[in-house]
Amino acid sequence: MVLRQARAWAAQTAETDSVCFFVGTLSNSVTTKYCIFTIKRTLYPIKLKIVSDTKIIIFQHPIEEIWSMQASPTQVVKFITCYNFLTDNTCQMKAALWNIPKNNDTNDIIPLEKLADIDTTPYENELKTITYHPTDSTKAVSVLDNNFVLWDLNFKPQVVTVGTLTSRGQPKFINGKWNSHHLMDQFGTLIKNSIKDLDFNTLRQYYFATCGDDGFMKFWDIRNTNEPVWSIRINKFHDQLVLTSSSDSRVILSNVALIYSEPFNQIHKDNVYAAEWSAADPWTFASLSYDGRLVINRVPQKYKYQILL
Amino acid sequence: MASENSSNPYDINGSNFNSELYIQRLLKECSLKQIMDHEADTVLDTQTLHSDMQTLVYENYNKFIAATDTVRKMKYDFNQMEESMEKLEKNMENITNLSEKITETLLPDRQKVIKLSSTHSLLKKLQFIFKLPENLKERINEENYSKAVQDYLNAQQVLNQYGDMPSFQGIHKDCEEIIEELKTKLRTEFHKSEASTKSLTESVDLLLQLKEPADLLCEDFLSHADVRLANQLDYLKDMHEKDVIEFVDFGSNGFLSDLCLVVASYKDMFVNRTPQDVHEFSDDFDTKAISRLNTFVMNNMKKYFELVGKRVDNVADTAVLVRALDRFYKRLQAMNVLCENTDFARTGTEIVIAAGRRQCRNHLSNLKQHLHETLAKVRQTLASKVSSDTDGGLPELQAMLTVPIIEKVKGVLQDLLVFLQPELSFGLKPQFLQRFCVDEVREGLVVGFLHHMTATANGFCTNLDTPKFPATLLLLLSKMCLEFKDTSVQYLLTSTDDLFNIEEYAVTKSDLTLHSEINENFQKAAQELLNHFVRLQGLNVSQMLRKSVETRDWLHTIEPRTVRAVMKRVVEDITAIEAQVTVLYDDNDGQIDRSSDSSRKTHSVSRHQYRSNWSSYTPSHLDSSFVSNIHKLFSERIEIFSSVQFNKASILTGIIKISLKTFLECVRLRTFSKYGLQQIQVDTHYLQLYLWPFVSDENLVHFLLDEILGSAVHRCLEPVLMEPSVVDIICERN
Repeated sequence: MVLRQARAWAAQTAETDSVCFFVGTLSNSVTTKYCIFTIKRTLYPIKLKIVSDTKIIIFQHPIEEIWSMQASPTQVVKFITCYNFLTDNTCQMKAALWNIPKNNDTNDIIPLEKLADIDTTPYENELKTITYHPTDSTKAVSVLDNNFVLWDLNFKPQVVTVGTLTSRGQPKFINGKWNSHHLMDQFGTLIKNSIKDLDFNTLRQYYFATCGDDGFMKFWDIRNTNEPVWSIRINKFHDQLVLTSSSDSRVILSNVALIYSEPFNQIHKDNVYAAEWSAADPWTFASLSYDGRLVINRVPQKYKYQILL
Repeated sequence: MASENSSNPYDINGSNFNSELYIQRLLKECSLKQIMDHEADTVLDTQTLHSDMQTLVYENYNKFIAATDTVRKMKYDFNQMEESMEKLEKNMENITNLSEKITETLLPDRQKVIKLSSTHSLLKKLQFIFKLPENLKERINEENYSKAVQDYLNAQQVLNQYGDMPSFQGIHKDCEEIIEELKTKLRTEFHKSEASTKSLTESVDLLLQLKEPADLLCEDFLSHADVRLANQLDYLKDMHEKDVIEFVDFGSNGFLSDLCLVVASYKDMFVNRTPQDVHEFSDDFDTKAISRLNTFVMNNMKKYFELVGKRVDNVADTAVLVRALDRFYKRLQAMNVLCENTDFARTGTEIVIAAGRRQCRNHLSNLKQHLHETLAKVRQTLASKVSSDTDGGLPELQAMLTVPIIEKVKGVLQDLLVFLQPELSFGLKPQFLQRFCVDEVREGLVVGFLHHMTATANGFCTNLDTPKFPATLLLLLSKMCLEFKDTSVQYLLTSTDDLFNIEEYAVTKSDLTLHSEINENFQKAAQELLNHFVRLQGLNVSQMLRKSVETRDWLHTIEPRTVRAVMKRVVEDITAIEAQVTVLYDDNDGQIDRSSDSSRKTHSVSRHQYRSNWSSYTPSHLDSSFVSNIHKLFSERIEIFSSVQFNKASILTGIIKISLKTFLECVRLRTFSKYGLQQIQVDTHYLQLYLWPFVSDENLVHFLLDEILGSAVHRCLEPVLMEPSVVDIICERN
C-alpha cells in the first residue's frame, strides 16, 4: 500500500475486536486523504495488499496536512488530529475533533465529520501534539512551545489548565505522553530537541523509555532522572517488548528483558517516523514510513512463545 | 748328597763306612804315592781324633766331682733349717693366745661407743628441725629462696613422719606458715611487672618444687608473660611513625626475643622435665601445657603480625620496605625452629605478599593518578589553545600521552624488582614468587593499569549531551589507544615477563591475560573513541544546521542572493576538523588527490548528473516521487551511525553524514515558499561544492543533498527551482 507522504499514525485504541490503525497523510497537494485500516486479527499480516480481509477505508480530511493524530480511548468513531493549516503563505498548526460517519461500507472516499475545533492559538503557534487521556476520552492535553494545555472535551473543547515552563534558554516541549499510573493524572513532556519520543511502561509505574537523535533507546526510572530514533512504543501487555522506528528506514522490535532485537528493515525505503502497537492484538504492530508505506507485522512466533512459555 | 753320603760305603765319616771296600778302592784307583800320602793323612787324622776324645773324657770327670760336693753341702744345710722352723711354730702359738685375751677384755666398751654416736646424730637432726623456722625466716630475709626451699624439702619428710607428735606439731605448723609466706612472696615476685623472665623462671621452679599446682602456674606464667608482651606490642604500636626498618628490628629484638625466651623457659619448666619429675604432673598435663603454650604463642604472634602488617602497609620507599621485610622474614624463620607446631614462615610469607600487593596497588594508583594528571594537562592545553592553530601542538600532546606513561610504568617495574633480589630471605619461596610476580605485578599492576586506561578511554564515550572536554581529546585518546595496541602493550608485557620471569612462575598459562586480549580492548576503545568523536562533531554541526532551519520563517523569505552564513560556517568547521584529523590520521586508503583540475572536471560531471534529477522537475508530485523512489531502489542504504575506519576520509564522511541527515530531517518538518526552496537549493549546491573533497565517496554527499532538496520540493507550496546557472553564480561569488 503506497500512500502519500505520511507522518501521523495512531492505533484505534477503542476498537478491541479488530486490529485497526489510522494513518494521516502529509501532503500539500490538492487531494489529501485520510485513512483507516481495519484488519482482522486472525490474519497473518505480511503485506497489506495480499491479505484479502484487509479493509482500507479512505476518509477525506478537509484540511490539508495531518501532523499528528490520536484515537479516542473509549469511542471508536472519535479521534483528534493536529494539522497544518495553510493560508496566504502562512502556516498555522490547528487541532480538531472528528467523527467517522456510520456508513462506511462503500469503497468511496468518505468525508469526515468535524465535531469541534480545538483552538490552541492563544497558546503559541507551534502545536506539537494532542494526546488523549489513556482511559478518559473527555480529557486531552496539547503540547505547544513551552505550554501544555489540558482540555475538557465533553461538549465544546474547553481549557481546564495551562502549564508553562519558563527556564533559562527558553526550552520548548516537543512531545508529551500521559503516564497511566498515579491515578491517571500525570503527563510527561519532553524538552530536549534531540529526543524524539517517549512512552511510559503501563505495567511498572516509574519506568519510561525515550529515544532520540543519538540512535539509542534509553530506559529511565522516573525517580532518578538522553538520544535519531523517531518513535518508541512499549507493548501495553508485555512490557519487555519495545518497538522503535528510525530515520534509517528501520523498525526494530526489542526484547528488553533478554536484550535481543529483531530488525524488520527489508520493507521500508524511507524514514520511518511512526510505529504503533495494535490496541486489539498485543502481538501485532504497524509502522509507517515517510514515503507512505505502511507495514503491519506480528511478533515472530519464536519470540512470542519465549515470552508466553 | 747327604743321603748319598750316608749310604756311601766309601765315605769315611758316614755311618755305613766299610773299611774293606774303602781300602780296595784305594788300592784299585790310586798310585802308590797317593796311597802313601793318604796313609799319612789318615794316621794324622786318627791321632787328632784320639787326643780330642781324651780331653772330653777328662772334662766330664771334673764336673761329676763338683756335683758330688754340692749334694753333700745341701744335706747339711737342711738339717739346720728344720730346727729354726720348729722354734717359729712355738712363738706363733704364744701370740695367738695373747690376742684372744685382749679381745675378750675390750668388747663391752665398744658397744657403748656405738650407741653414743647414734644418739648424737639423732640429736643433731632434731636440732635442725627445731631451728628450721628461724633458718627459713633468715633465708627468706636474705632472699635466698632456693636454699630455704631446699631446707624445707629436706625436713619435710621428717616432719610428715613425726607430724602427729605434739612437740613437732608446733614446728610443722610454723614451717608451714613460713612456707606459705614464702609462696606468697614468690607469687608477688611473680606478679611484679618488672621481673625478668629469668627470675620468673626461678620463682616458678621453686613453686613447682613446693608442689604448687602446675596447671595454675602455667596459666599464671603465661598470663604474666602476656602482660609484658602486650607492653612490648604497645611500644611497637607507638613506633608507627618511626622508620620501618627500626620498627622491624625493634619488633624482632624486643618482642620476638622475649617471646622466644618465654617459650624456651616454659618448655624447660613444664614440658621438658627430667623423667624423675614427671610423676609430679598428671598424665595429660604435658599435652595441656603444650596446647596452652600454643594458644599463647598464636595469640601473641597474631597481634604481632597485625602490627607488622599494618606498618608495612604504608611504606613509600620500596627498597627500605624490602629490607625491612627481609629482616622480618629472617627472624620468623628462626622462630619457626622454636615452635615446631606452627608455620610462622607461612604467615610471614602472607605478610610479605600483602606488602608486595600493597606496593603494587600504591604504584597502580600512582600510575592512575599520573594518567589523570596527564589527561588534565592535555585537556587544559587543548582548551587554552587558540582554535586557529589547530595542527600545531597535537603531535606533542600525542607524545605526552604515551611516552611518559610508558616510562612511568617502566620505572615502577624497576622499583618492584627490588623484591626479587636473590639474597632476600623470602626470595626463594615459590609461593611468594608466583603470587607476587604473576598475580600482583603482571596481572594486578601492569594488566590492571592497561585495563584502567581502556576503561578511562571508554569513560569519555558515555555521554553525548554535555561534553566537558574538547572533542580533539577524543581524537588524541583514540590515537593513543591505537599506539598502545600497535606497540606499547606488547612492549610493556614483554618487558614485564622478562624482568619477573613470568614464564617460569606462572602455574598455568590461563592465569595470564594475553596480549591479544588487551590489544583487542585497546582496539575497541580506539574505535569507540573515534566513533564518539565523529558523533560529537556530527551533532555539533547538526545543531547549527538544525537551528538555521528551525528558526527561519521559510514562507516569508526573499529571493536568495547569497549562501546563508551557516553553510559557510559548516564548511569552515569541517575544514578545521579535517586539519586536526590530518595531524593524527593520514589518508592511507589511497584516495586520489581531487584538488587537481582533471578530477574537478569529473566531479562536475557527476554534479550534472545529480542535478538532472530535479532539473526535469514538474509540478506533478507523482513523477518526482517516482524518480526519488526509483533512485532509492538503486542506491545503497546509507548507515548514518556506522563505525568509522581509522583514516581521515572515513572520519570526515561520518561527520558529514550525520550533519546532512539532520539537515534532511529538519527540512522535512518545515513548509517552504518558492524562495525558501530556492534558498535550500543554493545552500545544498554550496555544500556540494565544498564538502565533496572531504569524503571518500562523493556520491554519498550527492545522494544526501539530493534527498534534502527533494524533501524541500515536497514541502514547498509553489515548487519552482532556480536556474542552475544562477545557483552556480551565487555560489561562486561566495
